[in-house]
Amino acid sequence: MTFNPKHILGIKNLSAEELTFILDTAASFKEINSRDIKKVPILRGKTIINLFFEASTRTRTSFEIAGKRLSADTINITASASSVVKGETLEDTARNIEAMHPDIIVMRHSASGACEYLAQRLKCSIVNAGDGAHEHPSQALLDAFTIREHKGRIEGLTVTIAGDVTHSRVVRSNIYCLTKLGAKVRLVGPKTMMPPGIERLGCEVYTDLEKAISGVDCVMMLRIQRERQGKTLLPSLREYARFYGLNDRNIQLTKDDAIILHPGPMNRGVEISSVVADGKRSVILDQVENGVAVRMALLYLVAGGEKLKDS
Amino acid sequence: MKIIIKGGHVLDPANDIDGIFDILIEDGLISRIDSSIDESDAEIIQACDMLVIPGLVDIHTHMRDPGQEYKEDLISGTRAAVAGGVTSLACMPNTSPVNDNQAVTRFIIEKAKSQGVANVFPVGAISHGMDGEILSEMGDLKSAGCVAFSDDGKPVKSSELMRRALEYADTFDMPIISHAEDLSLVGEGCMNDGVVATELGLKGIPWVAEDAATAREIMLAEFTGARLHIAHVSTRGSVELVRQAKARGARVTCEVSPHHFTLSEEAVRGYNTNAKMNPPLRTQEDIEAIKEGLKDGTIDAIATDHAPHHIDEKNVEFPIALNGMIGLETLLPLTLQLVRDKDISLKQAVAMMTCQPAAIIGIDRGTLGIGRPADITIVDPERDWTVFAEDLFSKSKNTPFIGCRLKGVAARTLVAGKTVFERK
Repeated sequence: MTFNPKHILGIKNLSAEELTFILDTAASFKEINSRDIKKVPILRGKTIINLFFEASTRTRTSFEIAGKRLSADTINITASASSVVKGETLEDTARNIEAMHPDIIVMRHSASGACEYLAQRLKCSIVNAGDGAHEHPSQALLDAFTIREHKGRIEGLTVTIAGDVTHSRVVRSNIYCLTKLGAKVRLVGPKTMMPPGIERLGCEVYTDLEKAISGVDCVMMLRIQRERQGKTLLPSLREYARFYGLNDRNIQLTKDDAIILHPGPMNRGVEISSVVADGKRSVILDQVENGVAVRMALLYLVAGGEKLKDS
Repeated sequence: MKIIIKGGHVLDPANDIDGIFDILIEDGLISRIDSSIDESDAEIIQACDMLVIPGLVDIHTHMRDPGQEYKEDLISGTRAAVAGGVTSLACMPNTSPVNDNQAVTRFIIEKAKSQGVANVFPVGAISHGMDGEILSEMGDLKSAGCVAFSDDGKPVKSSELMRRALEYADTFDMPIISHAEDLSLVGEGCMNDGVVATELGLKGIPWVAEDAATAREIMLAEFTGARLHIAHVSTRGSVELVRQAKARGARVTCEVSPHHFTLSEEAVRGYNTNAKMNPPLRTQEDIEAIKEGLKDGTIDAIATDHAPHHIDEKNVEFPIALNGMIGLETLLPLTLQLVRDKDISLKQAVAMMTCQPAAIIGIDRGTLGIGRPADITIVDPERDWTVFAEDLFSKSKNTPFIGCRLKGVAARTLVAGKTVFERK
C-alpha cells in the first residue's frame, strides 16, 4: 500500500492498515539513527517548522532531529519567542509562518482542536505534536512501535494505562492506536481523573491499580502533573504514589515479561519508582529512541513518501 | 388609517382565537377580528395560506447596546427581531456600562424608540455592575422602564444576595430571571461534560452545575414567596425541578432556547465554535426531557438567548471562543419544527412565543386583544429557506444553523400597525 496523508492530526481517523504502514516505515528508518553518518537526503530542500505553543523538550527535539536526519531544514518557534504574547491570533501567527512557504508545520498547542483548526485554514501540511487533552499521535505511534518491537506483536496484548486520564492526550491517542491494532486497553486512576464516557472509546476502566495491572503485558504510567496536587483532583503526591505509583512490589502482579512504558518526563517516586524506571523491564529510553524513527516516518509520509523518490 | 389583514389563519392563544379571520387595524390598534371585514378605505394585506399570530415576544436577548455595537446594536438587533417575527424583546443588562442604573435603561428605551423597529424592554441588573455584591436600585430601574432583573451570564453566587434580590424585587412586583449555574462546577468547562467532551479533549460543564443552581433558586423562591424565572433550562434535571416546584405551587416559570431542543453536544464535533454556548448543548436525553416539558406546560416560554459575537471572537481555538449564538431569525422555524414533529400543538407553540413570555415580564403584548397595539406577525409556515449569513439582519453571524434548510418564516411583521418587515 501507499499512504501519503496531507496531515497527521490524530489517530482516530487512521485505519489499522495505515497505522501498521507507518510503523513499518518507521522500522525501515530506525537503522539510520545508529549509523556513523546519521543523515539521508530524502527531505532535502523541504522546510519544516516546529511551532510549539507549550513547553516541550522531548517531542520538539525528537521532531527536530527527525527532520534533520532526513535533510530537511527545521526551524523551531516557541510560544514565548513568538507573537502570541503580543496578542496575535493563532490564525494570524500561522498565516505569517505560511507566507514563508514551509512544507510542514509541526504544532503543539494547549487548545484541543488547534491542529484541526489550522489544517482547515492553511495550505501546508500539519502534524499534531499534541493538542490540549485531545490527541498526541506521534507519541501513540512510538509507544506502539516500542511495544511491537519488544513483544513482536500488538494484537492480543493487554495494556494498562495509569494516571490522569482526563488531562491526557497521550491516553486518547493510545486507546485508538492500540485497540485498532488489536490490543486490549485498561485504564486506571482515581475517579477525579477519569473523564465521563471514556470506556466508550473501547477500554476498560479500573480504580484499583493492582487489579488493573494483574496479568497484563504492558503498563504505561502517565506523568502526574505536580501542579494538580493539593487542588480538587488530588490531595497529595504522597497519597497518589501510595495508591497509583508503580513500584518493585506491585510490578510483580504483571506478566513476568511485561514491559513498562512512560511518555516522560517522569516524576520519580510519584507515579513510578526509580527501581522500576531503571529496571530491566523498563523500555522508557527505547521509546525516546523510537520516537525519532516514528517521526521520521511521519514527516516522510506527509511530505510525499514514495513520490519523493520520483522527483 | 385602516388596514385589513384578510383571510389568514388567525391564531391568538391569549384570546382563544383559532380560525380563518380578517383583522381590522385602525390607527395602529386592533379594532375588530371577524370572519369577513370590508372597509372601502382600508389597505388590504392578503394573508391566504398564512398564519397570522401576535407579534412574537422574546424575553431573552443581548442587544450589546450600549458598548459593544460592533457585535449588535438596537438598530440591527431590532431589525433582526422583526425579520424573525419578533415584535417585542427583552434585552439583558450585560451591556457596557451594565444596565444597573436608570440612565442606561433610559438610553436603551430612547434609542430603541427613535431608531429601532421593535418594542424593547430592558432587563435591569440584580447587582451593581453584575458583580453579585450590592443590589441595584430596582425601584428606580422599574420606574425607568425595566421589566425584570437578572445578572444573566454572571450567576449570583451568594445565596444571601439571591434571597434578598428575590425579596426586594418582589417588593416592586418584579420577577428575578436567573441564569442558574454553579460556577465552581462549571470551572473551565467549555462544552457539555460527557462522552463527546472526553473524545474531543475539551473540559466539560456537567449537568449538575445547572441542576444544583436551579434547585437553590427554586428553594429561595419558595422561601421568599417571590417570583422567579429560570432562563434557558438545558438539562433533564432542571426541567424536572421546575415541574416539581410548580406542582408545589411555587411562583416559578422557565424558558428554553430553540437550540437546546434542536441540537445536541454532537454539534460541537469538529470544534465548531458556533455551537459553543452557555449553558452548553446537552444530550439527546436532555432534548427529549425538554420536549416533554414543553408539552406538559412545565416550560412557559421559548426565548432565543440571542447572543451576537463578532467573527473574530468565534474564529479562534475552541476553548477561548466566546459563548453564545444569534437566534432571533431562527426562532420561528425551529419552534414550528416541534409542531411538525408533533411534540407540541401549534397553539402551544404560539403561546410559548407570545402571551406566555409576555406574562412573565408583565408586558401587555403578545395578544391580538381588541384595542391593543397591532403587533402582528404573518407567518408563511410552509416556506423552505436556507440560512445564509449574508441574508441575516443581525450584525453578527454566529449561528450553527448557517447552511441549514429550515421551514417556516415571517413573511410580514407589523408593529403598532406599521409594516416593519416584509420578506421578498
